[in-house]
Amino acid sequence: MRDLIESALKGHNADYIEIRIEDTETTNISFLGRELDSIGHSTGKGGNVRACVKGGWGFASFNDLDSIRSKVEQAISQARMVGNEKTELAEAAPVIAIVPPHIISDPADVPLSEKHRIMEEYLDLLWGGPEIQTSSLRYADGHRRMFYGNSQGTYTEQARIDVNFWASAVARNGGDIQQASISMGSLGDFGLIHRMQSEVAALPHKALEFLAAPQVQGGEYTVVLDPVLAGVFVHEAFGHLSEADHVYENPKLREVMVLGRRFGGEHLNIVDGAKIPDLRGSYQYDEEGMEAQRTDLIREGVLVGRLHSRETAAKMGEKPSGNARAIGYQHPPIVRMTNTIIEPGEATLDDLLEGIKEGVYCKNWYGGMTSMEQFTFSAGETYMIRDGKIAETVRPVMLSGNVFSTLENLDGVGNDLEMNEGGGCGKGGQSPLPVSNGSPHIRLRSCLVGGA
Amino acid sequence: MLEDLLTQALKQADQAEIFQVSSLSTPISFEANRLKSVEARDSSGVALRIIKNGRIGFSSTTDMSDMDGLVARAVEMLPFGAKTSIDFPAASEYADVITFDQVTSDLKAEALVEAGSKLIDQLHADWPDIVWSAGVSKSVSTTTLLNSNGCHAQETTSAIGIGMEGTLVKDTDMLFVFEGQSTCRPTIDTDAIIASIERKLNWAEHVAPAPTGSIPVIFTPNAVAGLLLEPLLEGFNGRNIVQSSSPLIEKLGTLVLDPRLSVWDDPTLPFIPGSGAFDGEGIPSSRLPLIKQGVIANFIYDLQTATQAGARSTGNAHRGLGSQPSPDTSVIVIDPGDTSFADMIAGYPKALLVESFLGAGQGNTLGGGFSANVLLGYAVENGKIIGRVKDTMVAGNVYTILKDIDAMGSELEWVDGSLHTPAISCTGVSVSSKA
Repeated sequence: MRDLIESALKGHNADYIEIRIEDTETTNISFLGRELDSIGHSTGKGGNVRACVKGGWGFASFNDLDSIRSKVEQAISQARMVGNEKTELAEAAPVIAIVPPHIISDPADVPLSEKHRIMEEYLDLLWGGPEIQTSSLRYADGHRRMFYGNSQGTYTEQARIDVNFWASAVARNGGDIQQASISMGSLGDFGLIHRMQSEVAALPHKALEFLAAPQVQGGEYTVVLDPVLAGVFVHEAFGHLSEADHVYENPKLREVMVLGRRFGGEHLNIVDGAKIPDLRGSYQYDEEGMEAQRTDLIREGVLVGRLHSRETAAKMGEKPSGNARAIGYQHPPIVRMTNTIIEPGEATLDDLLEGIKEGVYCKNWYGGMTSMEQFTFSAGETYMIRDGKIAETVRPVMLSGNVFSTLENLDGVGNDLEMNEGGGCGKGGQSPLPVSNGSPHIRLRSCLVGGA
Repeated sequence: MLEDLLTQALKQADQAEIFQVSSLSTPISFEANRLKSVEARDSSGVALRIIKNGRIGFSSTTDMSDMDGLVARAVEMLPFGAKTSIDFPAASEYADVITFDQVTSDLKAEALVEAGSKLIDQLHADWPDIVWSAGVSKSVSTTTLLNSNGCHAQETTSAIGIGMEGTLVKDTDMLFVFEGQSTCRPTIDTDAIIASIERKLNWAEHVAPAPTGSIPVIFTPNAVAGLLLEPLLEGFNGRNIVQSSSPLIEKLGTLVLDPRLSVWDDPTLPFIPGSGAFDGEGIPSSRLPLIKQGVIANFIYDLQTATQAGARSTGNAHRGLGSQPSPDTSVIVIDPGDTSFADMIAGYPKALLVESFLGAGQGNTLGGGFSANVLLGYAVENGKIIGRVKDTMVAGNVYTILKDIDAMGSELEWVDGSLHTPAISCTGVSVSSKA
């Protein structure tokens, strides 16, 4: 593959060219209700060429590897159509690296019959408890091998193995329907699949509990988030805004997001980095061949860094951070998060709950989204807080806030960091990208809660 | 070659089906008021579905040199595959559904760059404080479907899409406006895009306090698409019918919603990117009523869910390369009412007009629930739009609010090339906001 890439890179007139070729293999098993819904096995082979001429980008993706030379020409001529300024990319020393995948337990070593059998055991767990209306249960594993080379002498081979698991239980009472769900993933660890029993067995109980629970009255509350949902919160409420591609060409946003700006109290520390090992967002080189970093985003409440591609780093005069990622060869790399974490403080959960007369405690996640200024995220479970204690269950809520004021209102950080490795991130038509996020319990003053 | 694959697959199965897609798309993107990149995405692949002893085997690949592997992997799935009693359809007569235009297909990247640049330049000149980005894309894709019962169907669709986004930042206050179009024809109505953006920006000039409580909410066509459609349509999906997880089971033929609400799925409309003569399993497309004057008229099925429900496929099998077919709607059309948009707004002493959302679809959509942050919405006071609201959430249930619609708009608009709808206003929607 190296010969193919290196020979295709030669003899062209462009400021920068890179070629990526991938081999993928995925297995999916899904059950809907008690029945198997689908089981399938897919393979893929394809690649892309990205070229830059005078600051303009061209990109050509393909499945037919024999066409690679003409795709290089195409990407360059497209770039030429665009470029009329100077190509600016952060400096990078050439790297030659062959990186083996991070494997704890390889799903490829497990026969399909065994994966199927394990899923049937989970199906029994979903249906062995109280009566539910239906359920959904899905498993997927993927093996992606990536071969990358660029015109500045970098060549890397990397591979990653992803394992994903989802389960949900749906309870119904006439026209009223509620569901409880979980999502979990791992980098290179099939063992994940052996560790979900208690969470899956709890789902039918939770769905029925939600059905019987009242809805919270919408409005502003003091909210305490568990580590999983707080991880989703940091991803949505701050992480996306720290992606430099949103900022670098918008002068007003650059003013707002100036390094040194205070976002929160001194107890607030946020980092992101693919260099943090063994998590779903971990890797060694990004999709521009840049080495992964660990980047401080907020240190003691102050903005100190952001996430970059080579282009955004050069144009903002900041250090590259190795955050250019793509979900697959069909897409060019864009600035993405990796593993995003609120660092732990000293408070216990009881400390955080103390003094809250009426508030909302939210656990687990269902989804989240951001527009940079505003963000929303939704809880998997919600409870009222009354007089400093977690009280009755209410239906899961959606929370919403303003990035700038909510971080100021984050006034308590727990001591119990946990990572959330479920779900995936979507941006610019590329979804889902494996990321992780993590946090201890946190407390937010005056957070907007949607409800009846 | 596909015939050979079919023959090869049939040696190990009772029935076989081949689904092949090849597409070429040319996305052009503009960032920060200027051209950023030109791309060409060339993709092709083939999926094989086989049935043996009442079980389904499936595999797909983008490696066209590995047809033996494709068959072997599908066969390997058979012992575990989903139980089925479907028969792949025989050859059918398909209606003429026009989704291809030679001029669109022939459009060069340069022409798309020019169209996008013209629009961006004008927007930038009219609103210099706003940072504009845009995507213009042309795609041509061919779908081929072949099965062992005689179906051999092929269709080519050409489409262009354009999406504009403007971001206005004033310290930490941000305003986002979007506008888009999608069509099989080679022309983009740039005047309509600019007029719509201008209207939204004028309304948004001032920030106004949000009306809160259980109040009337006016949903623009974009808001109908963005917030109401998913929870409404989920109840019609054959998968949820078969699982009895739809609130609409046993409601077929019953008046459930407002008699002014009629909703169709119509993939036979010409020049609409979501249209097509046949579905992902070769079943002919048809104009299917889902809600007829408030009465639940039909659910949507593919072959598998139809046999499970004891019904017939409604030609709603949708599929991508790597996954098996699943029922979904194609092109949704909602009949207009008789209230003009201007009259609708003029009728309210206090209401919220909503356009776009953040986080829609995270709520309990299966039960008809919706809950979202209002990304762009306006306060209406004494029949007039007084400004844009901030930090506001809406929540409710489509089965409740669409049971008694307050006003049905008379003007239809296309949204995303897949929904044709008027504005709809409903009372009793929960709106909460930061004080």
